[in-house]
This record gives sequence, structure tokens and C-alpha cells, in this order.
Amino acid sequence: MAAISKTVTDTEDRVFVASNWQLVWWRFRKNKLALFSTAVLFLIAVVALFPGFFSIQDPQQSSSRLAFIPPQSLHWFNDGRLQPFVYGVIGERNAETLQMEWVIDEERKIPVSFFVKGYEYEVLRLFSADLHLWGVAPEAVEDAEWPEIYFLGTDRLGRDQWSRLMYGIQTSISIGLIGVILSVILGVLLGGVSGYFGGIFDMVIQRIIELLQALPTIPVWMAMTAALPRDWPPEKVYFAITVILSLIGWTTLGREVRGRFLSLREEDFVIAAKLAGCSQLRIITHHMVPAFASHIIATSTLSIPSMIISETALSYLGLGLRAPAISLGVMLQEAQTLQAVALASWLLYPGIAVIIIVLALNLVGDGLRDAADPYSN
Amino acid sequence: MLQYIMKRLLILPLLLFLFSVIAFALIQAPPGDFLTSYMAFLASSGSSIGAEQAEALRQMYGLDKPLYIQYFKWMGNILRGDLGVSLEWQRPVAELIGERLVLTIVLALLSFAFTWLLAIPIGIFSATHQYSIFDYLFTIFSYVGVATPNFLFALILIWFAFSKFGISVTGLFSAEFADAPWSWARVVDLLKHIWLPMIVLGTDGTAKLSRIMRANLLDELNKPYVVTARAKGMSEWKLVLKYPVRLAFNPLVSTLGWYLPALFSGSTVVATVMNLQNIGPVLLRALVSQDMYLAGSIILIYCFLTVLGTLLSDILLAWLDPRIRMEEA
Repeated sequence: MAAISKTVTDTEDRVFVASNWQLVWWRFRKNKLALFSTAVLFLIAVVALFPGFFSIQDPQQSSSRLAFIPPQSLHWFNDGRLQPFVYGVIGERNAETLQMEWVIDEERKIPVSFFVKGYEYEVLRLFSADLHLWGVAPEAVEDAEWPEIYFLGTDRLGRDQWSRLMYGIQTSISIGLIGVILSVILGVLLGGVSGYFGGIFDMVIQRIIELLQALPTIPVWMAMTAALPRDWPPEKVYFAITVILSLIGWTTLGREVRGRFLSLREEDFVIAAKLAGCSQLRIITHHMVPAFASHIIATSTLSIPSMIISETALSYLGLGLRAPAISLGVMLQEAQTLQAVALASWLLYPGIAVIIIVLALNLVGDGLRDAADPYSN
Repeated sequence: MLQYIMKRLLILPLLLFLFSVIAFALIQAPPGDFLTSYMAFLASSGSSIGAEQAEALRQMYGLDKPLYIQYFKWMGNILRGDLGVSLEWQRPVAELIGERLVLTIVLALLSFAFTWLLAIPIGIFSATHQYSIFDYLFTIFSYVGVATPNFLFALILIWFAFSKFGISVTGLFSAEFADAPWSWARVVDLLKHIWLPMIVLGTDGTAKLSRIMRANLLDELNKPYVVTARAKGMSEWKLVLKYPVRLAFNPLVSTLGWYLPALFSGSTVVATVMNLQNIGPVLLRALVSQDMYLAGSIILIYCFLTVLGTLLSDILLAWLDPRIRMEEA
């Protein structure tokens, strides 16, 4: 009996002294789906950091001879032994339509090796490397007609979709992340001023938020991105799009932060801090922000997906990023015509990547939001 | 109630004025004007116009005047009901987008009805059968529905219909009705085509709304009044529909404010993918060719529709929930 009550008080003690972050983590890890999504997101983040390592060929390398090769699936076992390979493909020109038609050639097996040397790429713009996760085994490079494997097929210009997807994920994820970081800065700053000082600041900022929220987002985004000069380099367009997305995106966060400030302002611990002679800056940064930081993280996680989807839609329409930049939306531009989609359905794979990324972000965001709620059990 | 609506209506002109300034600033933002992009277009197709002729055209369109004069001229015309002339099509804007505007609104309203008719029953069912197999199925459906961008869903459907059934599902009319005057047969033809874009546009909202309905209803179902009614022997079906559902409904109505406007602007991208004859594709074209009066009018119309949608939902909410109209009045 004594032992039982001792363990109970032990766990209770643990809960009483645990920091807010520990409590959030304990609640979060109970949600298995969110935990799994976190692992998926971690993988995606690794890809986004090192797209060159995971790709097989230079994403910009094109060859019209190799257009519209269908995906070659990876087989792990060759004659019962662990020896990954893909079947080769043979192209034949259709005498009637004059189109290349590719068939799987089961006679020819192209062995796949791990950690092979390939084209040179830059790692985080710091140094260059030529090591790749996988590629055609070195001994097979010589006798193959074209020494490549296409896990997701090739597009209209004969570019490897898999490698492009790796870089596309990098661009799209980073646009979402940077956009959200900008939104958080704007939202916390303006929402904080609005909620903490109140009065005329609150009035003005709230009206601005209402005005921005009443704007029809997609047409306004379209008009703003269409206004970007066509001759801008990709980096500049990239940055401009991120800013445009966050200019409207910060309003939700701004409202959230304001609400938190309003409710926390009257809390005992803030009044105690004020009576103890803390400066306003210290009260905000040391007492109030930590109290709702977990909420901000949850809300901002939930607003990354809409940024990614918006970028994809804008680029798809030709108003966002343009080639030579590679993003998931730019890749989907290839699937714009019915003919392309009907002829090469694998051009839709980048769309599936969008769905997986958004799904994982939403699940993690929901998990975080539930975990951050102090009133849940 | 009346006072509340009046107050809302009074803000409307101010809001529209601000929107008109924003719309004008947006269409003026690109470097150059319609004539520079028109001349670039002519140059790329091999022909050209002289500098004098370009200057004459610029004067004719009033593009040489300072910006604020251009703005007041544009606004003045709009207030008189004249949306201006499309520079590219050489036709009045109103004539160009009139029918397309109607189709945009019809599509949005249909998607709206579709969403609500589907989302409410799904939400009720999921909540009353929590953790059943259907609840899990609906949960998966709603997560995937939210994660799929509208235009991607449209693309997948187009591909599916083409590869499995060999049919093309784009457009709002069959070829023979595309430019025909309105007739009963044309309406029927429209109905035959519009259901697909309706589903595409409505899926996202259905997913979100059914989740909200489920969560709201779950909160209500555990309350003591439900237990009391059940203890008194009220039939389960009647009980759920009569009390908790009505209470769970209110927070849902507040989502109207963003949902109807989202449908108006959301159809822009879907329309481009599915080649629908609404104002989305015209806006895209006008923005690219810097056809300023056309683009400006369309953006202003979108703003107007958004404000109207918000207003409608505010009124509906005030009508449903007395607390709101008392507080605001």
C-alpha cells in the first residue's frame, strides 16, 4: 500500500516539477500518428537539406532523346540474393504517331549500388561533393546505353523526375518555412503590440488585420506575383514570393498572439512580475512569451501547409517560381495539358509529394496543438 | 437586428474604397504599362507599331496621365456603372465578364450547398459513432482532403476520367453550347458539367467542416442535459438532432465568413486547370498582359464578393445567435 502511494506521489511530483516543454512532450508522444508524422517530416527535412545526395543525376540535365521514360521500379532481390536492380527500358519510335514508346526490357538488369560517385553538387552552398545515396553500379556504367535509372520517370525534356523532386522539395519546404518565420515575426510583433498596449495601437492593427483578411487571397496573390518583373533572377523571385505569402499569412498569428496577450495580461504571475519591478521588455520576453510559445509553434506549424500549397498553385499557374528554379509547383507545370497527363501520368508524382508533406505537417501541427493545450487531460 | 445590419452596411463603402485603392495599386505595380507589354507581344510576333502611334494610343487610353488622375477616372467610371474597356480585347469589361461572373457565383453557391449537405451528416455520424470504422474512414478522408490542393485534385480527376473512361471532363459546356445563347438546353448542359468542379471545389471545405462539426458535437454529447433526456427515454435519433446538433451548429456558422469568400477566390485556380468559363482564366490572362482595366475590375469584383460573403455570414450568425446581436448593438 505504502509502495503504491509512493509511486503515485512520485509521478505526481514529476508532473508538478516538470517544465512546460516537458509536459507538452509527454502529451505529444502519446499521439502515435503525430509521432510517426514527425519521423516522416524529419526524413523530408534531411532531403531538403541534402537534395544532391539523394538525387541520381543533375536535375537540370536534359536530353530530348530520353523524354517521357516511365518510372523504373527498384527490385531488391535478384535470384533470391539481396542485389538491388532495375529493369532496363527500350525506346521505339511509333511509326504512326512518331512518338517514342518505352517498354520495360526484362532481359537487361541494371544493378543499383549505394554510396556511389556521380555528378558534382553543392552541399548547403558551402562545399561540393560527388557522393550519392544510390546510382547505377560503377561496373555497369560502361556497358549501359544510357547509364541512368529513373525511379519516377523523365519529363518532356528528358530530365530525371526523381532528382528534380529532391530539389523541388527543398525549394517548396524552404519557402513554407521562411514564409512562416516571417509571418511569426510580423504576427508576434504586431499582435503583441496590439494585445499588450491596447488602445489606439490595438484599434489600428485590428482594422489592418480585418482589411487583410477580407481580401480575396488567391486573386490578390496572383496580382502581386504577376507584378514581379519577368527578368528577375530566380533567387529574387523566390524571396519576393516568400514575402508576398507572409504579408497575408501573418494575420492569423497576429490575432492569436493578441488574444494570448490580452488574457495573460491580467494573470497573477504577470502582475507579480510587474510589482517586483520587472521592466516591460522583461515581462514580455521572460514571462509572457514562454507561456504561449508552444501555441505559437503549433499555430505556425499549421500555417506552413497553406504556404506550400499557395506556392505550388501560383507556380503551377506560371505566376510563381519559373524555370530554371525547381519547386513542386514548377514541376507540376509539366502536367498542365491533358495530353501530358494522359501520356505521362508520372508527371503527377510531385503532387503526391505535396500531399504527403502537407498531411505530415497537419498531423504534427494538430498533435502539437492538442499537446500545448493545458486544459486537455 | 436592423441596427446591427445597418452598422455593417455603413462600413461597406469605406471598405470598398480601400479595396479599390489596393486593386489599383496592384495592377499598377508591374513595371511598364499595357502598351509596353503589347509592343513586346507585337515584336515577338514579328510586327510593330511606330513610337508616334504608341504615344497616340497611350494618350487615348489616358496612360500618360499621373496615377491619381488615372485612378479617379477609373473610379468615376465605375461609380457610374462603367467598368471600362479591356485594352486587349477592345470590348467593354462588363460585356467580357458578365456571363462568367454569373457562372463563378453559381459554381461557388453550388459548392457551398454541396459542402454543407455533405459535411453536416458526416460530422453528426462521426460524432455519434466515435471510433467506429466509418469514423476512422471519414477522418482519413478529411485529412487527405485538406492536404490535397484543389487544382491537384482536379488534375488527378482529369487524368482518371481520361485514362479509365477516355472522356475529357474539362469545361462547363459541351462544344455546341459554348457560345450559344441561354436556353433550357444550355442550362441542362451546364448542370451536366458543373457537378465535377463543384465536387473539386467543395472537398476541401467538406473535410474541414465535418471535422469542426464532429468536434463540436462531441463536446455537447457528454453534457448532463443529454444524459437526462436519454434517461427520460427520449429516442436517441430525436434527441441528438433536436438538442446537441443545434448547439453544435452555431460555431459552424461563424466559419461561413471565410468559407464563401474562399470559394470565390479558390475557383480561380481550379477554373484554369479545368478550363472553366468563369472569371478565373480571364483574370490570369489580364494579369499577364497587363490589361489594367480588366484585371482591376475583376480584382475589385472579387473583393466585393468577399465582402458580400462576409456580410451575409455576419447577418446569418446574428440571426441565429442572439448573444452576438445584443453585444454588437
